[in-house]
Amino acid sequence: MHREAKLGLILLLTPLLLWLVLLIFIPHIDLFLVSMRERVGVGQYDLSFANYLTFFQEPLYLVTFLRTAVMSIFATILTLLIGFPVAYYIAKMAKGRTQSALFLLCLVPFWVSELVRTFGWMILLRETGIISNLLQSVGLANGPVEMLYNDAAIMVGLVYTSMLFMVVPLVTTLESLPDEVVEAGYDLGGNGLSVLREIIIPHAMPGIVSGSIVVFMLCLGNYLTPTMLGGKESLWFTELIYSQFIVRFNWELGAAFGFLLLILSSVIVWGMLRLTGQSLEKTMG
Amino acid sequence: MKNQSFKLSATIAVAATLGAGAASADTLRLLTWGGYAPEEVVAKFEAETGHTVEVTKSNNEEMIAKLRATGGGGFDLAQPSQDRIAGPQEEFGIYKPIDLSKIDASLFIPSMLDATKGNTTVGGDVYGVPHVWGTSGLVVDTAKASMVQDYTDLCASDVAGKVSYRLKRPTLIGFAYSMGLDPFAAYGDAAAYEDIMKQVEAKLIECKAGVKTYWGGGDELMGLMRSGEVVASMAWDTGGWKLNADNADITFVAPASGALGWVDTFVLPAKGKADDAAYAWINFVMQPEVAAMITAAAGNFTASKGADAFAADDLKARYQASFPAEAIDNIKWYPPVPAGLEAIEGGVLDRVKAAK
Amino acid sequence: MTPDLQCTNLTKQFGDSKAVDNVSFSVPAGSFFSILGPSGCGKTTIMRMIAGFLEPTSGDIQIKGNSVLNVPPNKRHVNMVFQHLALFPMMNIADNIGYGLRRAGMHKKDIGLKVDEALERIGLPGIGHRRVDELSGGQKQRVAIARCMVLEPDVLLLDEPLGALDLKLREHMKVELKNLQAAFDTTFVYITHDQSEALVMSDNIAVMNAGRFEQVGSAQDLYYRPDTAFVAGFVGDSNRWSGKVVKQDGGNALVQTTSGLTLRGATHGRALSEGDTIDAFVRPEAIRIAHNAEELANFDNQISGTVTSILFNGAASRVMVRDTAGHEEVAVNLPQSGEFANLSKGAPIHIGWASDQANCFAAGAA
Repeated sequence: MHREAKLGLILLLTPLLLWLVLLIFIPHIDLFLVSMRERVGVGQYDLSFANYLTFFQEPLYLVTFLRTAVMSIFATILTLLIGFPVAYYIAKMAKGRTQSALFLLCLVPFWVSELVRTFGWMILLRETGIISNLLQSVGLANGPVEMLYNDAAIMVGLVYTSMLFMVVPLVTTLESLPDEVVEAGYDLGGNGLSVLREIIIPHAMPGIVSGSIVVFMLCLGNYLTPTMLGGKESLWFTELIYSQFIVRFNWELGAAFGFLLLILSSVIVWGMLRLTGQSLEKTMG
Repeated sequence: MKNQSFKLSATIAVAATLGAGAASADTLRLLTWGGYAPEEVVAKFEAETGHTVEVTKSNNEEMIAKLRATGGGGFDLAQPSQDRIAGPQEEFGIYKPIDLSKIDASLFIPSMLDATKGNTTVGGDVYGVPHVWGTSGLVVDTAKASMVQDYTDLCASDVAGKVSYRLKRPTLIGFAYSMGLDPFAAYGDAAAYEDIMKQVEAKLIECKAGVKTYWGGGDELMGLMRSGEVVASMAWDTGGWKLNADNADITFVAPASGALGWVDTFVLPAKGKADDAAYAWINFVMQPEVAAMITAAAGNFTASKGADAFAADDLKARYQASFPAEAIDNIKWYPPVPAGLEAIEGGVLDRVKAAK
Repeated sequence: MTPDLQCTNLTKQFGDSKAVDNVSFSVPAGSFFSILGPSGCGKTTIMRMIAGFLEPTSGDIQIKGNSVLNVPPNKRHVNMVFQHLALFPMMNIADNIGYGLRRAGMHKKDIGLKVDEALERIGLPGIGHRRVDELSGGQKQRVAIARCMVLEPDVLLLDEPLGALDLKLREHMKVELKNLQAAFDTTFVYITHDQSEALVMSDNIAVMNAGRFEQVGSAQDLYYRPDTAFVAGFVGDSNRWSGKVVKQDGGNALVQTTSGLTLRGATHGRALSEGDTIDAFVRPEAIRIAHNAEELANFDNQISGTVTSILFNGAASRVMVRDTAGHEEVAVNLPQSGEFANLSKGAPIHIGWASDQANCFAAGAA
């Protein structure tokens, strides 16, 4: 009996372990090994930190990373600001069918691929696009308005793509807040703002943190949206990694960039958690 | 019981592997460009030879990255440009030599076959034979931007905000020629090449303000030109001819300093398993009438001798309009890229992109 | 003296149905007022209208003589202890109790003093730093009350706050709530579906059914002198029989139940005439039980029968008695004198009650 239970446990864990080892550990170790090689001649490589040094010595790479990180943080904040009222409405105010319909509405963009979604935004925002034409026909603009190819367009794309991942954890945590507790906040003299600040937001904090982490990582790792909607100088860090791997054949530097992205983004998330006095255990628990 | 079931499943697994192995001998896994393996050609080939063809569409960089990732496995035939064969072969060893005895040389235009063989020879072995060739130059809306005759004209104030190009190496090379420099001559001399690239970098940064956007894919460029948001751009000849079919004003223009000529080839990946099928495919598609079908699909001409006779008349007309005799002579054919040049170009492209 | 809370012709309509139908009542200062009714009778709606979470369709609510109809909940001097207490889990106990004071803009130092004082009063000094989930059910209860009481409300509303507690604690908290009310000397309005909570604690009780008040009175009034059949049936246990008035004579009526039992009941001033269908209620403790019929000679209702079952429950033990003719089964309380300790199933027995203990109401009233 005991041995059978053990076998069952092993069988149960095998897919997980295989997944972890084959798809997470081994590729990362390989990536790390590649990142530690320096090309010294045709087909010849040495062990060195040269690739990591390149990142810190070339201002372009550092600046691109910082730009990517700052814009991702900004996109995360924006997503939170827009997503919170939406989530609150879905969780607390909408009832029954309206609730599920609204939730479904958040899901709809994900029925098409990211590429199609991004093309959709390009059709809307471009100079000869729908919004531009609308503004002209209403008389708000005299000539064509170009809204594509700038950082604001990237923001729009990122926020749109990320919304669901913010709304879902927020709805879940907000739904677990009893109406009674909110009413008690008002009953004891609180107004809308103080109830929001002292009761609703502290309660929703785990959802806010987990949603923000997911959205931040998604923005940081996004490739299509920034490259397609962005302007001439809008470099995104993933774009650098892609071009190192695919265009330059420089896998060594690309691997180092990939590793740095992993480490630096983890540091940023950790720093944000510390800054807001949250911990990962609290969020996941 | 347990033992038996293990044996049973092991047998099934082995049988499945063997079965898959046997089947793959007749399957040609082709890594190519969009338009180079039209369905009708594939169907005809499968009917005639009994082989089956799996087509994967890609581009130069991804082809090499894919083959590099597997050490030259996963595909039986690939079609990178001739200038991207020698360098990667030296560096990564991802191709295997071509057995020229299995190729019907009479199907090829001799001058092209010889040039490609020369460009793809590493250590005495030939690694590539030519297939499709074409040029890149300018696509211009002649009604609005007829003054654009060369790459540097894209920086003119008349068309500011209405031009586009790719941030890729052809742009660097094209601008260099347009500025009176000779980058191909400097291929062997890294320092000289870097110097040329420095000048190009300065020029591109200077021009940046007038660029609407750097296009990334062919569809994006088509959209920009069709909508009129862009009136002049660097592009491939086929893109210009396709647009010309919709709008007579837009066409491909060979730049004054010369169009850049490329040749896409056939190469055998190092770990390819179906060499016979690969040679069969090469000899099949180089037949003049089949080559004409590919020309119709891809828009570009092939190295097949006598295929011109089967090509559509309107395509020939567009070709002749874009390429007067002197323009053909002026085509700058890409020589093989020595390993390491990409790093220099990459730095330039990054800095141009990041510049304000 | 102005009552602390006065509701006049209060009505609340949800769509077609009236949740609260023209209810008027007043609660004198310092008293403990309960609204007792089955779930869905509209008592929570009244409570939420008083607290300000619902707007009455018509009618008026006055607190200390002033109408509060246009005052938002956070501005009303009325506080509420919620059914599940609604303590703020994101704050510790002291912050929970101090929440209302902070909102009122009191100084931090004063808040600390008031919170300590409140904790002292509820008998839980020094727990201010603890988290909500570290407290027991009874402690949470007291904190929830203290959280409201520090604001010195004119009226404290309690919405079935004992419902979530286990039986023993509930019994204990009944007494405790009454003591807290006396200690804080505040008007309590308490809603519940549990009659024993209402009966034990309240000065006055309103029995509510289907949006209306059936009767308002003291616990004794409701128990001994119910105005309606609903109150008679809802408050306390009763034997209930349906029947017809066979003969009517002043305050008394001779009733024949549908099963054929004949009994004498009292109308207590209600207009009933011969032939009316009625419901008669007799409380089990009003019925005398005896071994000999002679002992019951002075009762005008006497039945002889056999014990069909014994429901032993300590002080509240009962027997079920079936009359000899087999018409009805009657629940009778067992006296605790030990006289009937040996009673067994099937034993012959005699029961009897005075006719004025049998309350008759016109049928269909409830």
